[in-house]
Amino acid sequence: MNQAQVNWVGYRTIVRKEITRILRIWAQTLVPPAITMTLYFLIFGKIIGSRIGEMGDFDYMLFIVPGLVMMSVITNSYGNMVSSFFGAKFGRHIEELLISPLPNWVILAGYVTGALARGVGVGAVVLLVSMFFTEIRIEHPLITLSVLILTAIVFAMAGMVNAIFAQKFDDIAIIPTFVLAPLTYLGGVFYSIDLLPPFWEKVSAFNPILYMVNGFRYGMLGASDVAIGHSFALIGVFTVGLAATCLWLLHSGKGLRS
Amino acid sequence: MLALEVDNLRKTYANGVEALKGVSLGVEEGDFFALLGPNGAGKSTMIGIISSLVNPTGGDVKVFGASVREQRSLAMSYLGLVPQELNFNQFEKPLEIVVNQAGYYGIEKHEAAERGEHYLKKLQLWDKHDKPSRMLSGGMKRRLMIARAMVNQPRLLILDEPTAGVDIEIRRSMWELIEEINAAGTTVILTTHYLEEAEQLCRNIAIIDHGQIVENTGMRELLGKLDFETFVLDLREPVHDVPELPEMAISLRDENTLEVTVPKSKSVNALFAELDERGIHVLSMRNKSNRLEELFMRLVDKGAQGAREAGGAA
Repeated sequence: MNQAQVNWVGYRTIVRKEITRILRIWAQTLVPPAITMTLYFLIFGKIIGSRIGEMGDFDYMLFIVPGLVMMSVITNSYGNMVSSFFGAKFGRHIEELLISPLPNWVILAGYVTGALARGVGVGAVVLLVSMFFTEIRIEHPLITLSVLILTAIVFAMAGMVNAIFAQKFDDIAIIPTFVLAPLTYLGGVFYSIDLLPPFWEKVSAFNPILYMVNGFRYGMLGASDVAIGHSFALIGVFTVGLAATCLWLLHSGKGLRS
Repeated sequence: MLALEVDNLRKTYANGVEALKGVSLGVEEGDFFALLGPNGAGKSTMIGIISSLVNPTGGDVKVFGASVREQRSLAMSYLGLVPQELNFNQFEKPLEIVVNQAGYYGIEKHEAAERGEHYLKKLQLWDKHDKPSRMLSGGMKRRLMIARAMVNQPRLLILDEPTAGVDIEIRRSMWELIEEINAAGTTVILTTHYLEEAEQLCRNIAIIDHGQIVENTGMRELLGKLDFETFVLDLREPVHDVPELPEMAISLRDENTLEVTVPKSKSVNALFAELDERGIHVLSMRNKSNRLEELFMRLVDKGAQGAREAGGAA
């Protein structure tokens, strides 16, 4: 059996295992985002949104749809990776993979695909829920899909870095609570940065999530606070940087091998 | 061909503990090899390095000629490992665990399922194949790890204390299975604290202590080095004074039990003749300890003394 065949079957096995896990614990993985996002649409979109009127030339409900989809994708791809990989490390069953002939890039690709499946799956559920509240339109389907997938990949890899460094379960809750959530809420999910005073508008430009949310909003609505080229450039830099970091960490054995 | 070649292997952990101090050994293809040593001797570190779970500080390991450092994927493709600690996902089912493990070795799902069924049946786990593995008993969990290690049909199988906590009946059936696996051509390396198990199963042996190999030889050759044996004799009538026997050390455990150390130069018949002359009649006799255990204790004590002296000299 050649190594390419081993890698291909191994990759599919990791993906199958991850998707089985997502489906086995569907009440934790698929249902909560649907409920949370329904509440966001109801409260922010319907009740408060009706008083806000328009945001960036769009009905407020329509304006927040791309942001809420991205918020779900970011949270779920990160959450899937960090909990699954740290769980495997904590329960030591990551050793099943570490002693196998699979190279590190296959392990990374398998876990990232699993996280991507959950991120995109939940994103699709949220999009479906939004259809009950507003009429959805997608101006640039290819851009929409590529920003969605690349963002999920970026946050899946960020989740792996967190899981590798984490020593206890508290450590996998710190980043989502104290870093990811504030950056997401301040990343233009609910508002256009044009509304901010000039100083905070400049500060917002350092928030990478702003570029992802706006890239996705551009794909769906055809309007964005930042240039789409900047969005892709930033996502590209993060993708390459995090992939290199993950592979280096897996190669060095940090937190995994003694 | 050597199934395993360990060359000047060194490992110093971040906390400064020197677990391996330049270990070298070779295991021939098809061998049934015992790797013994007291707790903390360096066995698990060595197994960790062989299976790429521990990064060595120096030296190298080759599995069927493939360097674990330079050709990790190839080296790992030859290997099956049954670790000391449970390391499978307790939320998954036994068949799922075994089939997934096969997948990591490039075995397609339908073939993996067939192999999984075969090994789970061999290890008497098939009736539990669809139950969450956390529901299995301790012995079943250990057998599941053997099935998982076997599913890729490794050329080298490493068993790190596979029978710990397993009842004698299951242990014997596991011995039979491992012997069968070895007879079919798989090289087996076994670590165990049951020295009787090692003596019965293994053809060659290495004893490691304080991160160094203190003995590496054939089991028969090692047992041949035992220059005395200690027997426990149950007597028909009580004795009150310790009899003196030439060239033999003798002590009284209680008035009905004698402990006699017989040098290899003396036969057991001579012992009985001496006792008979003194009117002492033996009802039954047994070895005080397993022969390998006696040698093991001697070698490990010597190793510990050496380490103490080295420490003192430093």
